[in-house]
Amino acid sequence: MLAELKEQLRAGSAEEYLSRLFEKIEKSSLNAFTTLARESALKHARDFDKKPSQGLLAGVPIAIKECISTKGIETNCSSRILRGYIPPYDAHVIERLKAEGAIIMGKTNMDEFAMGTSTETSCFGPTKNPWDPGCVPGGSSGGSAACVAAHEAPCSLGSDTGGSVRCPASFCGIVGLKPTYGLVSRFGLVAYANSLEQIGPLTHTVEDTALLLEIISGHDRRDSTSAEKGSYLPGLKDGVSGLKIGIPKEYFGEAVGEGVDERVEKAVWDAVSVLEGLGARWQEVSLPHTRFALAAYYVIAMSEASSNLARFDGLRYGLRQGEDRDWHTTFSEIRSLGFGPEVKRRILLGTYALSAGYYGRYYLKALKVRTLIKDDFLRAFKNVDLLASPTMPIPAFRIGERINDPLSLYMADVFTVPINLAGVPAISVPCGFAGHLPVGLQLMGPHFGEATVLRAAHAYEAATPFHEAKPEVV
Amino acid sequence: MENVIIGLEIHVQLNRLQSKLFCGCSTQYHNSEPNTYTCPVCLGLPGSLPVLNRKAVEYGIKVGLALNCQIEEETLFYRKNYYYPDLPKGFQISQYDFPLATKGRILIKGEDGLERDICITRAHMEEDPGRLVHAGTIDKAKYTMVDYNRCGMPLLEVVTEPDLRSPKEARAFLDKLKSILEYLDVFDGSLEGSMRVDANISLRGGDRTEVKNISGFKGVEKALSYEITRQKNLQRRNIKVVQETRHFDELRSITVSIRSKEEAHDYRYFPEPDLVPMRIANWVPAIKATLPELPDAKRERFVKEYGLTDDHAKSLTSEIKVANFYEAVAAKAVPRLSAVWIADVLKGELNYRDLGIDAFQAEHMVEIVNLLSSGAITEDGAVEIIRTLLDKGGSPQEIIEARGLGKAGDETVKKAVREAVAENAAAIADYRAGSERAMNFIVGQVMKKTRGKADPGEVHRLVKAEVEKV
Ligand SMILES: [Zn+2]
Repeated sequence: MLAELKEQLRAGSAEEYLSRLFEKIEKSSLNAFTTLARESALKHARDFDKKPSQGLLAGVPIAIKECISTKGIETNCSSRILRGYIPPYDAHVIERLKAEGAIIMGKTNMDEFAMGTSTETSCFGPTKNPWDPGCVPGGSSGGSAACVAAHEAPCSLGSDTGGSVRCPASFCGIVGLKPTYGLVSRFGLVAYANSLEQIGPLTHTVEDTALLLEIISGHDRRDSTSAEKGSYLPGLKDGVSGLKIGIPKEYFGEAVGEGVDERVEKAVWDAVSVLEGLGARWQEVSLPHTRFALAAYYVIAMSEASSNLARFDGLRYGLRQGEDRDWHTTFSEIRSLGFGPEVKRRILLGTYALSAGYYGRYYLKALKVRTLIKDDFLRAFKNVDLLASPTMPIPAFRIGERINDPLSLYMADVFTVPINLAGVPAISVPCGFAGHLPVGLQLMGPHFGEATVLRAAHAYEAATPFHEAKPEVV
Repeated sequence: MENVIIGLEIHVQLNRLQSKLFCGCSTQYHNSEPNTYTCPVCLGLPGSLPVLNRKAVEYGIKVGLALNCQIEEETLFYRKNYYYPDLPKGFQISQYDFPLATKGRILIKGEDGLERDICITRAHMEEDPGRLVHAGTIDKAKYTMVDYNRCGMPLLEVVTEPDLRSPKEARAFLDKLKSILEYLDVFDGSLEGSMRVDANISLRGGDRTEVKNISGFKGVEKALSYEITRQKNLQRRNIKVVQETRHFDELRSITVSIRSKEEAHDYRYFPEPDLVPMRIANWVPAIKATLPELPDAKRERFVKEYGLTDDHAKSLTSEIKVANFYEAVAAKAVPRLSAVWIADVLKGELNYRDLGIDAFQAEHMVEIVNLLSSGAITEDGAVEIIRTLLDKGGSPQEIIEARGLGKAGDETVKKAVREAVAENAAAIADYRAGSERAMNFIVGQVMKKTRGKADPGEVHRLVKAEVEKV
């Protein structure tokens, strides 16, 4: 898709295309965007029209999740406490996109500080699912997924700490990738849980995701955890013949939590059959520590978050309200005004988990579980090339349905968080519908196995029509 | 003082490094506008990530080795979480388990005049917070300003065992530590705030207090002395010393309570996820090879190689610059005489003027010592030359000529002696009758005649010989 768009833009007008998108966004009721960088984006487009530049994304607009720093464009993580904060620098991924000629069109809505599965905790209100405006788009990168699904942007970047790219991709019927931990520099990504998160693309096709990954991945000396990149476009169309796919038994049926929606399960099994028809083989595998993943994930994520979010005290940037009084009173007031309830809940729980006397019982234990889960994956990948499962156990739920029951929201992350704990890559691709709502197939690979993941996803996509389905709003 | 128990935590800025601990900002921020030596990383802006300055770790290991520490096989950074306006991330990147270096020692001269080892518990790396500028005193300021230039400066925190017994010993320890750091060329102690001390003080059997953030060695002595007196007075009045954190108010030279034990922080340490653990064991041999000769070894060598007294050797090696100065002089002049004149005279004159050894040229000292050993100038003349060089400049030769400081020739002195003996018959008689005072009078007369350019000892001998002849 992006490749054709690039040709169209070169032949036609990037300014016209972008203006049409902005018009559409203005009229849209999805609330996918928080900030439009109208002026700078249109100027960029005009410059491109005058003198078309080279580059893998020359002239192509892209939407960016609120938590990725963009120089000169407000970056507030959909939180009141960061309203008005304009970063003086670009995130690594933004530098890379700009270097390839991409046009930053604006910022997209998200759960406040990426804490959520529904984009309902945003200070800008919820984003709506293009397939059903009464439903959530998933989260936390809900805005980034909804705008692509609704064709308000041709592609976007999100971030995935425990499923935040894959969940909304699944709920909105598009492609979303969580790369191997370290593959994409986190420099400029406002941290929620540093040891878990990665920036990832959200696109209509697997090829587009591969293209974006090609651009944003690679070593960056400003991120000490960053690694060298591989190559993702060249072997993309090589098919799945001979590939061994593992089906983790813990990811199906009643094995976990409230169980998997039957329609979701059917769509995923159908997908496995399609892959089999294309020459892959499948076998059941076991990831025995899966049932501990949610607890470990939330302890680690909340602990890191409690520390990461300590810098927001209103002293240097962001919310500053009322009259300054003594230090403790002033920053306490700013924080109690600036953070929403879910963020406060996670800061409190994380602080508790790291406290003297509890550290060993919670944080250290969670780290041990994390090692066990990683070992589950390493063991599985000795026998199979990929793993397949539903991305989410359920299709998109109604706005407001779960927001007051945090535990039921956390449970929805059951198939996505183990991947972040293990640090492996996983993609969500559209694999059918549950009623009128899209269902996502999750394909997981070994560390730095993106090429294989993308190749299988591409083969599946080429054999199925689901990525071409368009919601009514389009 | 045997009841006093002191342990120190010393924050040393590794300010000879080019850049800060986790970003590319320069370390040379002193005397510049506030908040101009900053970047997204040291300001802790959202999305910024720390990148470790490996050179800083090398420096840290270097210090660890020089303090006779064990270097950890693998080291890592932790987050120390607490809220304070000088801490832009709401946590400080520091070390906790597996610090860089543990179990070291430093030799100092104790209160009893004997030398003994002070044990070092650990030395770990951390980032410096920003600097708070209070409008007034800490307990009464109306508002406070923050300067983040200092934020992210590489710090090495050296923690001692409670081995020190008096403020003076604490001072001796700090002097020695500073000396070692300057030998290693990792630290410039002349910069403001480059070494800051937290001191734990208790009287035997009592609870301890911690006095935070004392800058300057004189400040440490004062703060400790005040705190010991305060605790002793409480004891005498039968009031228990409470465990608490106190601040040293330099203007008033007192300590004031800032935090009780109940308010103590829970720092919620956990490993910094944005940095990776480092295996440093294999760095050690190469760093060890770069270690220079340290003060204790140099002192021993000076005694052996130049035949100096231990006191002179110690005095000359306490500062690397002085030691280098001495060796430059001793290469071209009599080593023992050079030692006397540098350690006993020059250092005193420099101290008096608050000057460093840089203020004096080694070549000048060579000239002075050589003139002394050839008998061309007197000791008094040499002192005058040194003082004039420091106060007015010039060269020794110019000063000798301008002030007529050359020693009087043998014939001139002998003539003056003959004259003085001839002119003072009464005094000679007194001397023969056993009056030393009479002798001194005659020597004085000779000195007058030679306008001070004769050597008094030599004159004494000549007068005696002349009297016996008569
Ligand atoms: Zn900096």
